[in-house]
Amino acid sequence: MDFLRPATLAEALALKAERPGAVPIAGGTDVMVELNFDHRRPDALLDLTGIAELRDWSAVPGAVRLGAGVPYRRVIDELGGRLPALATASRSVGSPQIRNRGTVGGNLGAASPAGDAHPVLLATGAVVEAVSTRGTRMIPATDFYLGVKRNALAPDELIAAVHVPETGAPQQFAKVGTRNAMVIAVCSFAIALHPATGRVGAALGSAAPTPRRATAAEDFLADELGAGDQWESPTPLPDSTRRRFGELVAAAASPVDDVRGTAAYRRHALSVLARRTLDWAWQGYTGRGRPCA
Amino acid sequence: MSPNPAELTSVVGGVGTSPHRPDAILKVRGEFAYASDLWHEDMIWGATLRSPHPHARIVSIDLSDALLVPGVHAVLTHEDVPGRNIYGLERADQPVLAEDVVRYQGEPVALVAADHPETALRAMKRIKVGYEVLTPVVDMESALGDTPLHPGGNLVRHVPIRRGDPDARAAVVVTGRYEVGMQDQAFLGPESGLAVPAEDGGVDLYVATQWLHVDQAQVATALGLPPALVRLTLSGVGGAFGGREDLSMQVHACLLALRTGKPTKMVYNREESFYGHVHRHPAVLHYEHGADRDGKLVHVKARIYLDGGAYASSTPAVVANAATLGVGPYVVDNVSIDAWGVYTNNPPCGAMRGFGAVQAAFAYESQMDRLAEALGMDPVDLRIANAMSEGSAMPTGQVVDSAAPVARLLELVRDKPLPPTGTDLLDLPGGVANTTHGEGVVRGVGYAVGIKNIGFSEGYDDYSTARVRLQVVGGEPVALAHTAACEVGQGLVTIVQQIVRTELGVTRVTVLPMDTSIGSAGSTSASRQTYVTGGAVRAACAAVKARLAELAAGRHVDDLAALLGDEVVDETAEWRHRPTEPIDPVTGQGNAHVQYGFAAHRAVVDVDVELGLVKVVELDCAQDVGRALNPQAVLGQIQGGTAQGLGLAVMEEIRTTGGVVRNPSFTDYLIPTALDMPPMRIDVLELADPNAPYGLRGVGEPPTISSTPAVVAAIRAATGRALNRVPVRPEHITSTERPRGAPA
Repeated sequence: MDFLRPATLAEALALKAERPGAVPIAGGTDVMVELNFDHRRPDALLDLTGIAELRDWSAVPGAVRLGAGVPYRRVIDELGGRLPALATASRSVGSPQIRNRGTVGGNLGAASPAGDAHPVLLATGAVVEAVSTRGTRMIPATDFYLGVKRNALAPDELIAAVHVPETGAPQQFAKVGTRNAMVIAVCSFAIALHPATGRVGAALGSAAPTPRRATAAEDFLADELGAGDQWESPTPLPDSTRRRFGELVAAAASPVDDVRGTAAYRRHALSVLARRTLDWAWQGYTGRGRPCA
Repeated sequence: MSPNPAELTSVVGGVGTSPHRPDAILKVRGEFAYASDLWHEDMIWGATLRSPHPHARIVSIDLSDALLVPGVHAVLTHEDVPGRNIYGLERADQPVLAEDVVRYQGEPVALVAADHPETALRAMKRIKVGYEVLTPVVDMESALGDTPLHPGGNLVRHVPIRRGDPDARAAVVVTGRYEVGMQDQAFLGPESGLAVPAEDGGVDLYVATQWLHVDQAQVATALGLPPALVRLTLSGVGGAFGGREDLSMQVHACLLALRTGKPTKMVYNREESFYGHVHRHPAVLHYEHGADRDGKLVHVKARIYLDGGAYASSTPAVVANAATLGVGPYVVDNVSIDAWGVYTNNPPCGAMRGFGAVQAAFAYESQMDRLAEALGMDPVDLRIANAMSEGSAMPTGQVVDSAAPVARLLELVRDKPLPPTGTDLLDLPGGVANTTHGEGVVRGVGYAVGIKNIGFSEGYDDYSTARVRLQVVGGEPVALAHTAACEVGQGLVTIVQQIVRTELGVTRVTVLPMDTSIGSAGSTSASRQTYVTGGAVRAACAAVKARLAELAAGRHVDDLAALLGDEVVDETAEWRHRPTEPIDPVTGQGNAHVQYGFAAHRAVVDVDVELGLVKVVELDCAQDVGRALNPQAVLGQIQGGTAQGLGLAVMEEIRTTGGVVRNPSFTDYLIPTALDMPPMRIDVLELADPNAPYGLRGVGEPPTISSTPAVVAAIRAATGRALNRVPVRPEHITSTERPRGAPA
């Protein structure tokens, strides 16, 4: 196995074009597990840790451009105000050691249905910046997840960054695991209010072959909020709305029975998470609660 | 340092104090050498090919492709086992390498040695084994009538207990069926060892284990060598909890080393570790409790099934524990218990902390709560009303002849103030995963108390051997202590030093590496090492003191160094606890156990009843330890045992389907983190047992036993659910489990 260590992004892209089978590695929290358990034996690893361009985030108009190599630890420490739901999701990732190493870019690269960042990226409308020697492609998160651990990257592409909208509006993430820390999601959910466009983002993780948006739930809630002029003069949401939103989120899932949980539990838990996170987000919007956990 | 009982003894770091462990700094700094760190010039690496099937006939084995891999030194099958290809802790029934049949997923079939671990793995994958897959036997309750997996059928052992009137009737009767899932020891240091071939035709094995001499005997038999040619030295052990009582890689590494003439190392990875050691027996327990209207127990009837898996391991003794301790620490005149240990094609099960007492306690403590509810009584009052005490008789007829402060332990945990409700995410079910800000959270409180036998039982000759050497080095008296007693993390090395300091009045005590050049110390299990090896060290010190008295020849000598001069005093002692007796095979009556240990817990849990998530807010414990030889180590044992019991209550289970393990990883076999295990308040009672050295009582297991039922009782109190199975999963609390028998 070759270990390729480019010093610049340009060099990395040239290597990736030349050897599309090379597996990118940053924190190694996913790739190394697969190698150690002999689940995967790539011809080459493409070590991205030496590339300065990937290691930082910057504010761009309306969004944060988050370099693919920024670890969760820094998302928590530095972006809690701008990207509250992504910071909450990052806080629930693994252990302190994993959060020091693991990256949102790596989460996207692995495209596991259980990745903690995915529901937030979907709900907030994030866009993946994919680069290759051929140029740059902006791929909406909605179009990024194609199947179990499959994403929309071409073999010669690398993730340079993900652009996460800075909405200034309430957003929430919640994840169910069977332990109070350091646990893979049994299911997870994110909600983002988009008052500027009158939309709602809602997405789930670990309850379908890919992370996915709950579009019927999004549309239902957007209609409810729009119809009642709730964006302008918010009032507490009726129980029927909260409950229906939860049901629609649960209905959007295609969960399986596995060792981590039953399909029935996942659906049930998603409906609870959807209802609770909506409550918290709406309390935040009406100014009566905290903007995020 | 604050004043402590150390000042009461004449020497610093003696019995009753908490001196630093000799390995403490190395371990904290990550510099301690565990068995997986072993290294030898020119060593090669072994790998084990394991059966993917829980039950299959081996039709063919083709090694040719594996032998062609460059760097491979040897590929071995059962045909290469020079001695007896069958071993076992209590009953020899397990092949070193499978012959015509495999009986569990993960059973070793062939071995490879190569100059690099990766090469060994690659070659291993080129071995072609033809299997004829057979239907696995996986249900413990019907196993006795199913396809026999061993020549004598599927019964490993049946233990009946009969006491009093079998037809006793009670005013209030409660029944229940309980299940305990398969818990794993989940020690952090995987199985590992290094076998070095010796010029005399023997082998030196450096290994992480719990009992060097029982390994030595089994390895020698398999290798066809006299025991003197199989020398074992304990390597750094990263936890054990019973999981290292059976052999794992010991014979395999020696086979490869002797065949290749090269030092051979084997180390399992985490997944292989799940296949490489026995687990806690899953159990199904049917109980009936009867009481009069005042809550006085009239009778207990029970049928207990323990799934031993493919091989016997220590199932016979586990069955005896479940039966003899099956009513718990209560006085009951009429008892009828049957416990069966059976063979199946599930993973082999054997020793794990609590050893049969854990399974029974979940059932009998659940029953006590159910009985309290039926009687309209407080669950602690009911327990206290039936609590045994010194002088009470066990269902075996054995009279408990030292302290049994069951009622006091319950009162201690009951009378503590209750903790406040948390507000931070870290204090709530779900933790930082942000699942609740208080919604759906209901608090529950639960109690449990348990009983455990200490030491080996049923007439076993349970002894230990210790050697103590005293001489002057650099003008100062220095002691050396040597035993074969395995230090597995519990701190026996410190205890040995403390005892020598106290007995001989010397400060400097060096503990030699544990090996088989001295007599057996018995197993580091059954909460017995401080008792038995501690007793042996004290006996060796007594012999040294007798020799010193001879040297003094009646003079009073203050200066030990002056008395010793150039003399080297070197004494070895074998020490055994008072004998126990076998139990009657028909009635289960007999003085089977040497000592009993007791602990009680109160659990306070916050349950998110909508999501089924649990936060154990508090899990306080009271335990009698007879005498705390090392108070800090005692607290450590109580904390650790409690955490392991909490794990069984809410998360720890090896899940199998048709005998196939579904979660052989720490990703999916979850053990409690610091956010799952609350800080503990612990009451340690020191009610001396006059029969035991220093009055001590074994500490390691009792806290594991009462922790599990206390946590589940608290979850029941919060949810109103029956919860007859551990671990409790969110599905059980929210009624979203998969229906029984539905496909996975």
